[in-house]
Amino acid sequence: MAVKTEAVGKSWPPTTYAVGREKIREFAHATGETDPLCLDLDAARAAGFDDLVAPPMFAVVYGMPALAPAMFDPEVGIDFARLVHGGQQFSWGELVVAGDEITTTATLTDVSERGGNGFYVFETRSLNDRGAEVCTGVWSNVVRAA
Amino acid sequence: MEVPTLTVTPDRYLTVRYAGASGDFNPIHIDEEFARSVGLPGKILHGLWMMAQCARAQTQAGGGPASLKRLSVQFRGMGVPEAELTVTSTVRDETDGIAHVDIVVEQNGRAIIRNADADVVVPRDA
Repeated sequence: MAVKTEAVGKSWPPTTYAVGREKIREFAHATGETDPLCLDLDAARAAGFDDLVAPPMFAVVYGMPALAPAMFDPEVGIDFARLVHGGQQFSWGELVVAGDEITTTATLTDVSERGGNGFYVFETRSLNDRGAEVCTGVWSNVVRAA
Repeated sequence: MEVPTLTVTPDRYLTVRYAGASGDFNPIHIDEEFARSVGLPGKILHGLWMMAQCARAQTQAGGGPASLKRLSVQFRGMGVPEAELTVTSTVRDETDGIAHVDIVVEQNGRAIIRNADADVVVPRDA
């Protein structure tokens, strides 16, 4: 399989995601999160937060709108029928709280080929509306050999 | 610090709820017939949901969402609903108040997340 490497280094227009209280609760319930900071408004306020706190993996929710157009870009040329998620890394900064607006930029950082498989690595960088880094994601995708 | 083993058994409809919560509606996770048509045993778990279980094991031990600074995983197998997942975490070392934790997720005797590790803030009382 010949991979296209022309798009390495390309960034896509940033997306902004408005974090909602009930979305945090929905995500917390779906992932089995039990931390009161993520579920109980009184507990979150008593701990000094303005609203519910997002669990770390909520990064998937605010990151995906930026990542999806990058992954679907024909210039990148991913064959979705053969796509598997190979690995994932997140590094977290300031906590995300309901009411925050998170702006994320996606960049294609590497494309390579090993053993007929294509490896596509995207990075997402997310900042809150005060300009603080909240999360950096490294998304490793594998397109299996045909 | 120690990070206790976490076990969780996703129910039959978990993938539907996680699809809604995360926005990932890939039919391999929510449509039994479609999943079989592409050669899978049936609906498979979202990798990022499994990663969220790794995260939860760390934040429970670390004392809240602020304690998890970094988490990296390699997806090496498919998870399925209605079978128990075990998240085993081993603290490798602690430096400057940060624990470096190695993580494995197993289901039905197979390691489906491997080469995973996390940086977790050590709670003051640990």
